[in-house]
Amino acid sequence: MVSGPSLGERPSLQSRDYVAGGASQTAVKILVVGHFAVGKTTFIGSISEIEPLSTEETMTRAAQDVDDLKGVRGKTTTTVAMDFGRLTISDRVVLYLFGTPGQVRFVQMWEDMARGALGALVLVDPERLADSFAVIDLIEQYGLDYAIAVNNFDGNPVRAEAALREALDLLDDTPVVTCDARDEQSSAAALTTLVSYLLARVG
Amino acid sequence: MNGPGDFELEATELVRPYVITKGRGLPDDDQLSLITLVTAAPEQVQRPLRLSPEEQRLLDLCSAGYLSVAEIAGHTRLPLGVVRIMLAGLTEAGYLITRPPVARARLADKELLEEVLSGLRAKFG
Repeated sequence: MVSGPSLGERPSLQSRDYVAGGASQTAVKILVVGHFAVGKTTFIGSISEIEPLSTEETMTRAAQDVDDLKGVRGKTTTTVAMDFGRLTISDRVVLYLFGTPGQVRFVQMWEDMARGALGALVLVDPERLADSFAVIDLIEQYGLDYAIAVNNFDGNPVRAEAALREALDLLDDTPVVTCDARDEQSSAAALTTLVSYLLARVG
Repeated sequence: MNGPGDFELEATELVRPYVITKGRGLPDDDQLSLITLVTAAPEQVQRPLRLSPEEQRLLDLCSAGYLSVAEIAGHTRLPLGVVRIMLAGLTEAGYLITRPPVARARLADKELLEEVLSGLRAKFG
């Protein structure tokens, strides 16, 4: 290897940025999903051992439905960012948390994220329940098991769980927890609830 | 899922990504998934390729340990699709080792989930 790297041309990483014991680690992932500004990145940041990273993908589609109306044939491009973090579980398993934008139209990104995921945590804002419908639809469409985490950052009383279940049309056994996405312990507890549920599902 | 309204993965607004990727297409998704772990191969005596600056940069990044494909994209700020193509080329030429996640199976899932659960409980009480 060339020693004396040209600084500035590559990010200078510390050893803690690398996956500890990477040669024997199995990587797994869990999705953290929810509508815009519900707290996905905050949640990931509260529990990740690395500074959350972001990667972008440019989505292109033929825009018949929009541009043809104006007589312009062409494409629309959208840049979509996904945020993610990492948590070394043990010397055998490293967990990645991917924050996924809720927009239904980012199909390619969803396929990428959903493939092989253990499950999903759906962050919900109790004041904006209807905004979560599309995300829950997508999660179900990809066949992912999920738990609901009500992000209660204002400390406002959360509406009765029964009402929330009814509003979101949840199955009886779908876990619902309250969490403060800014708080590591609280985020970890929500994640633990999800993983317990996933384990019960594979039973 | 294929049907009308589906998207193609492209990176048209960047600096001509096909130049960086030397015209290669997208690699197999499973081989270089978001959480495939990547590191530099231990022995790199024979180097058949002349590496581009971008490839050298990726290789340098991977030389100090394992990173996931997503992390490599995040650290380099290159689009995921471009990173995948470059990693595929470097892997093919023997510069990199990749460790794709285990194939999903019920038993493997159970063991992994048990490990994750006990790990979370150990870490966060």
